[in-house]
Amino acid sequence: MRVLAQIAMVMNLDKCIGCHTCSVTCKQTWTNRTGVEYAWFNNVETKPGIGYPRRYEDQERWKGGWMLDRKGRLVLRSGGRGKRLLSLFSNPDLPSLEDYYEPVTYDYDNLVGAPAGPDMPVARPRSVLTGRPASITWGANWEDGLGGAPEHAGGDPNLRGEWAEKVRFAFEQTFMFHLPRLCEHCLNPACVSACPSGAMYKRAEDGIVLVDQDRCRGWRMCVTACPYKKVYINHATGKAEKCTFCFPRIEAGQPTVCSETCVGRLRYLGLLLYDADKVGEAAAAPDERDLLDAQRGLFLDPDDPEVIAAARESGIPEDWLEAARRSPVYALVSTYKVALPLHPEYRTLPMVWYVPPLSPVLDAVTSAGGDQDDPDHVFAAVTRLRIPLEYLAELFTAGDTDVVAGVLMKLTALRSYMRERILGGTGDETALEAVGLTARQAEDLHRLLAVAKYRDRYVVPAAHKEDAAALTALENRCPVESHGGPAGRKVMLGIPALRRSAPEALAGGRP
Amino acid sequence: MNASGTDLLLWVALPYICLAVFAAGHVWRYRQDQFGWTSRTSQLLEHRWLRWGSPLFHLGAFMVIAGHVVGLAVPASWTEAAGIGEHAYHTVAVWAGSAAGVAMVAGLGMLCARRLLTRRIRLGTDRSDKVLFPLLSATVLLGFLATVAHNVFGGGYDYRQTVSVWFRGLFTLQPQPEAVSGAPLLFQLHALSACLLFAAWPFTRLVHVWSAPIGYLVRPYLVYRRRSSTPAPVSGEAHRLPSRRAV
Repeated sequence: MRVLAQIAMVMNLDKCIGCHTCSVTCKQTWTNRTGVEYAWFNNVETKPGIGYPRRYEDQERWKGGWMLDRKGRLVLRSGGRGKRLLSLFSNPDLPSLEDYYEPVTYDYDNLVGAPAGPDMPVARPRSVLTGRPASITWGANWEDGLGGAPEHAGGDPNLRGEWAEKVRFAFEQTFMFHLPRLCEHCLNPACVSACPSGAMYKRAEDGIVLVDQDRCRGWRMCVTACPYKKVYINHATGKAEKCTFCFPRIEAGQPTVCSETCVGRLRYLGLLLYDADKVGEAAAAPDERDLLDAQRGLFLDPDDPEVIAAARESGIPEDWLEAARRSPVYALVSTYKVALPLHPEYRTLPMVWYVPPLSPVLDAVTSAGGDQDDPDHVFAAVTRLRIPLEYLAELFTAGDTDVVAGVLMKLTALRSYMRERILGGTGDETALEAVGLTARQAEDLHRLLAVAKYRDRYVVPAAHKEDAAALTALENRCPVESHGGPAGRKVMLGIPALRRSAPEALAGGRP
Repeated sequence: MNASGTDLLLWVALPYICLAVFAAGHVWRYRQDQFGWTSRTSQLLEHRWLRWGSPLFHLGAFMVIAGHVVGLAVPASWTEAAGIGEHAYHTVAVWAGSAAGVAMVAGLGMLCARRLLTRRIRLGTDRSDKVLFPLLSATVLLGFLATVAHNVFGGGYDYRQTVSVWFRGLFTLQPQPEAVSGAPLLFQLHALSACLLFAAWPFTRLVHVWSAPIGYLVRPYLVYRRRSSTPAPVSGEAHRLPSRRAV
């Protein structure tokens, strides 16, 4: 057993209102620079929907993640090492900018600089890349709140099979929810494995996946390999950039910017201890539907004395073990098993998990004339209303509807039990028992999901002081720092002259 | 030795200066500018021309470089000794060289075209690219023209008796400017522009040539790195922990 710690995230999707505060604060912090205007390390998608970049979940097309070859060995879907080197000159599976969207700014100068006249001056959109007037035809969340869904959302790669036809033809009446996405900081990261330069790495201390900007040579294989398309090319520097899990904040014991600013308080951060020796085996589970259990099987119980001893041997400090015991992520993922990974079938063992939304089912109950506060109605809906269930299963359990139904029933039972309790009743425990919860557990889970305060939602142990010297020596600058940094004597051979002073010029719409 | 001053300048001084800049420039850039050391891919911005142009250019370039190594570095006497006559050598060189040359010229033409015609890419073009693309194009075209004019349609010119002798002389520290001073103008211009290209090399995106990721073929898939320098408990054949600086 080789114990490693990973800082992981869970999001409770029922609480997401799609306000995009996480995306905007992330962008302001990390990607408000030239070259990554089109990149959103954190984005929020409406589901069902095409997603960002378009149809990124279609791995037949984009070749992201891992798969099993005929002999059952784990291989990258984009091909072996030789094939990857042969596609260095032109990568056939790389999304183009049009698959994301053309970034624009506005002619703000015109608002104050236009000569006096009878008409109100307007700020017209201009392409950030060409400086020319541009019409805005797509964006990172073009289908917000199912806008344009009848035309576009049929292209959602998760809509497969018979039930999907029904979704496609009855969009307004079906369901929707928001899905915030960021880098999954996978246990078996395909991007790291595909990087020809060895510039990408997973930190052994906290599992954060980073790109070494000094070693990246711009071979762009990581973008193809990531099935979530969460590695981006900075077209000004020609290097890969990605979500850093806000590691400077994490090292200081603070939550990521997206978590800190989440209005709905739906994000949880905490440690998971896992057995690194078994990662390869878990990712190669023969049946896709076993991947969820295989991944859960990697996570180690932080209260188990054997695990604690092995963790100490691996050099995990005591306060980290303490944090692992208080981890809300461990509680949601392993203790209560209400959190699920996004697309486990990609076999990267992602580490940002989701509590699936109950709202699509509740909406369906209401529109069918049922009472969404009556657990029997909801239970019946969960088992009978296939559309939301099949869809959620495509997202979170490789198509296994039983698992999703189990989680939704657990949430329903909890909801009705706590509702009775709060309304002054004693609470009927039979529904709880049916989903395998005791009254005590129900209260704990309810506290975690509904009332958890800042320090209960974010249990982030600071990096260690004894490592501090090493930390500053190794990562003393922003990993995606571009040319504008403090180092005045920095050589800027790789940066086009136009881009060197570009951000201000572009913001004014005059590149 | 009775070379003129101009010959000495062009065929001894200039090549040595360019080689010195080439070597010193690489050392300087590698130490100072790891962040700028990249292939600077623009596939994100334009992929239709690149899809054909880039593989054509790169694969053509590999063949052309291999041809140059054989033609310049290997003395004619060695190939003779190996039983390859002058005629046989030339037939192969002309045919294979022409194919490689056509691929490289076509590929480079497409890459230049997209750089000029695609506004997104033109605006993102670096000063070093503005030196590199004309210089590289000139060198490639001059070399291509020299071969076409003299060896495909012309009577045949045996550069192995002249240009190659001069080239090897530079590296054996016995420069022989007189060997090349009588060569046809196209060969001379090709050699001179190549010298300038080598001088410009370390300051352009051409440095990505030295980062060709051959090591990827044998490295373990998953890369872990540890922040601290303490010996890591992580081990195992499938994973590695680098001891190098993380940034």
